[in-house]
Amino acid sequence: MSEFLQHLINMLVLGGTYALLGIGLTLIFGIMNVVNFTHGVLYTFGAYIMFIVVQQLGLNFFLALPVAVVAGWLLGAVIELTLLRPLRGSDIDTTMLVMIGAWIAMQSATLWIWGGVAKSVATPFPEAPLVLGPVSVSWLRLFVLAAAALLIVVTYLLINRTKLGCAMRATFQDQDTASLMGVNVDLIYTSTFAIGSSLAAAAGALLGPVYVIFPQMGDLAAVKAFAIVILGGLGNITGAVIGGFILALAEELGAGYISSGYRDAMGFLIIIAVLIFKPTGLFARSERVG
Amino acid sequence: MRAAITILALAAIASVPLWLRDPYLLNALITTGIFIIAAMSLNLLLGFTGQLSLGHIAFFGIGAYVSALTSLGFDIGLPGGFRLVHEPWPPIAGLALAILVAGLCGYFVGLLSFRVRGAYFVIVTISFAEVVRLVALNWVELTQGPLALTNIPSIAIGLPGLGELTLRTKLQNYYLVLAVAVVAYLLIARLVHSHFGRAMRGLMENETLAVSVGIDVTKTLTLAAVISAAIAGAAGSLYAHYIRIIDPEVFAFINTVTMVIMVISGGKGSLAGPVVGGLIFGLLPVVLRPIMAPEAQWIAYGGVLIVILFVLPRGIVPSLAQRFAKRKRQAATVAPVAFSERAKEPA
Repeated sequence: MSEFLQHLINMLVLGGTYALLGIGLTLIFGIMNVVNFTHGVLYTFGAYIMFIVVQQLGLNFFLALPVAVVAGWLLGAVIELTLLRPLRGSDIDTTMLVMIGAWIAMQSATLWIWGGVAKSVATPFPEAPLVLGPVSVSWLRLFVLAAAALLIVVTYLLINRTKLGCAMRATFQDQDTASLMGVNVDLIYTSTFAIGSSLAAAAGALLGPVYVIFPQMGDLAAVKAFAIVILGGLGNITGAVIGGFILALAEELGAGYISSGYRDAMGFLIIIAVLIFKPTGLFARSERVG
Repeated sequence: MRAAITILALAAIASVPLWLRDPYLLNALITTGIFIIAAMSLNLLLGFTGQLSLGHIAFFGIGAYVSALTSLGFDIGLPGGFRLVHEPWPPIAGLALAILVAGLCGYFVGLLSFRVRGAYFVIVTISFAEVVRLVALNWVELTQGPLALTNIPSIAIGLPGLGELTLRTKLQNYYLVLAVAVVAYLLIARLVHSHFGRAMRGLMENETLAVSVGIDVTKTLTLAAVISAAIAGAAGSLYAHYIRIIDPEVFAFINTVTMVIMVISGGKGSLAGPVVGGLIFGLLPVVLRPIMAPEAQWIAYGGVLIVILFVLPRGIVPSLAQRFAKRKRQAATVAPVAFSERAKEPA
């Protein structure tokens, strides 16, 4: 029983960051109909920003997170403006392949700049974990959960309570009509991609110190994000949050009770199972695109 | 004209080992040839049915593992205390089994994943390849996991009157790969120009319309997936017996991406496209190697992919063919105009 409780605690921590990854991707996928293969690179990028700010510049750990969010936002905006805007109106395969090209180039650049050796980030949290009865959780992981929860709430408010969010939702429903109502669709696309990218960078900055940082860390993260998006349904933010926690639970239980070697297979098995049995996602009301 | 060009090109390709003695370049050509076969099989799906499979390396890798395990033998425990022992078979049987098993996998993957389209199809195929990779990595008793299967025997073919010939040298493997590539090319060409090929293209152009004229979507797509997977499996088998060592890294996503780049840059839906694209991207690392660090090569690789998609979105071969056809049409239209003008004169 206590083992199961421990798995649940781990699930909460992991699920929070997975939800961040999933929200970013579901926004981009849902609104822009772009299969964003650079999402994992943005995750890696966020983790390396954390490494630069904390280890190389020697600045405060808590400062690094907002820096990573802003840097992810900027890099996302640059990718959208240079690679996606000129291809507006091309078919989904073309943009997907361009994103794959960008992913290869950016990941190789990361490898070139920082090398393949895994890096770790020192944290200001005490080594000793917080013990609550039969379970224990490290202070760092608690911080990760809190920060992820905060970012999820902020994004939720941004989408549902602001004018920009309203325009984004309108564009998701019907791009042409939104455009006729005076929504600047180009600006919405750039904002969407930038916001999604900043969330991926935030997830990387949060999970980077928990594990280690290396150039290929984003590959699995990207596919997991796809699993979450498919679980939750396209463009469905609440679905992405729930999907993030479901994936984390499946991974924890899979690693704990089946074999730790197959931990990362859980996401893929979930994708295959969901697409076979309920291709609209578990919580989707909206129709599928693509 | 067209046949003459094809025969000349084939003769030129076949003559390469006669004057090229550099083993590094020959090796690059052989692995490129193997990847071109895989890219041709991907083109059958991507170019002629419009389905982008980003898990194609799974069939290649399954072919490689099946072929290697058939010729090496294995001894694994099954649930319930049983053991499954397989004595080594000749590698040529491995090639046949690789084609069979990869084709079967293509059937099941096709059956499951053609229920969805577009981005969803792409993600299902990626997931399939990743699950297969994780199985290859974790089922150590069968695959040796990250320790790799080593000492895979070379392919031996029985020649009438000459006995058994084991293809060990690069020269022999070059011609083996070339022969399989030609067979695969002819098979795909024959298929594409058949009734079945027209059904595939009809599906790609307009699925609803194709269904309305009686094309069985699932059957057509699944058959295309089976043939495509079988050819990829054959390529994987050639790879295993040429490289003679296989580890789970063969399933790396980047290998699928390489195939996709070959098809897209050469021109999807064109028979010669994967060959041209494959030669360019297969040999690009050879050209870049002396002037760039390995990481920079990959940056260039990604950059070239983006540039090609921006500049030649339809691929090299179709773009050139279109230009050539335009010039021909111009040349052809000049004469009749002159003729009709002259014809008008008497009136």
